[in-house]
Amino acid sequence: MLLIHCPYCEEERPELEFRGAGEAHIARPANMAEISDADFEKFFFIRDNEKGVVYERWRHIHGCGRFFNAARHSVSDKFIMTYKAGEKKPKITKTQIDAVKPPAKGTPANEPVWTVGGKGEAK
Amino acid sequence: MSKVAQRTGPLDGRNFGTTGVTLTPAAAATRISLRAREDGLATAKKILGFAPPGKPKSSATKGSINCLWIGPDEWLVIDADDSGLPAKFAKEGNTKLSAVEISHRNTAILLEGAKAVDVLNSGCPQDLSSASFPVGACSRTILGKSEIVLYRTGEHAFRVECWRSFSDYVWSFLMDAAKSA
Repeated sequence: MLLIHCPYCEEERPELEFRGAGEAHIARPANMAEISDADFEKFFFIRDNEKGVVYERWRHIHGCGRFFNAARHSVSDKFIMTYKAGEKKPKITKTQIDAVKPPAKGTPANEPVWTVGGKGEAK
Repeated sequence: MSKVAQRTGPLDGRNFGTTGVTLTPAAAATRISLRAREDGLATAKKILGFAPPGKPKSSATKGSINCLWIGPDEWLVIDADDSGLPAKFAKEGNTKLSAVEISHRNTAILLEGAKAVDVLNSGCPQDLSSASFPVGACSRTILGKSEIVLYRTGEHAFRVECWRSFSDYVWSFLMDAAKSA
């Protein structure tokens, strides 16, 4: 189970208490009635879905009930950090990314632990 | 002869115990869902007689009134005696805070015994060791598929607040867990 640090409860809580709420830092246009359909589509539907570091909204729904933001690696699913809603997008350093990167292909950590009749068969 | 309506609790008459833990439905209590920001806290303090706790997972008690921290601007007030808290909040009429009476939305199960933590941990994923969840700690969390508010009242005693309509599920869940704990 993932442990997620809630910036309002100030501690790590089990993931069952949380719910993901999509991409973070999407500003709602102030002139909603005037924008074109194309701009509305871009705001409403189009998401970056990046491979690597993503910024997401999370909600501690079965806890303090608060929305907050998180920086996470979309391949390894590991959290880099969480921060309160309304705070600026934090700068993520290379060291922070390296700490949560999935192991590279070909390294022992990326090899399957157990396969039937194969090279990596359990001894 | 006049007919008088009698209020019955959802878990009335139930009782369960093993050598490790006992389950008891809690007596009726007045409950208030209190929402307030900084500018409403003074009023809350005046009515409760003490300031709502500001630290996560903490609670404050005075007399029969318990005030449980739920979120940065949310508290659950439980008053074992009927000291008229909802009326006091209504009379104050402070629009900077919201005090909603939820006495009959919630019900509670009292869980006591040496195995209390094991029983709860069969459905609640939080760390309930004395170090991270000491006596007086409280938190909204989940038990199985139901949301609960957990309040540690003693080293081996917990109050499990849940929604009235979920209480049958929560009771059965705890009972099953107690059998195998």
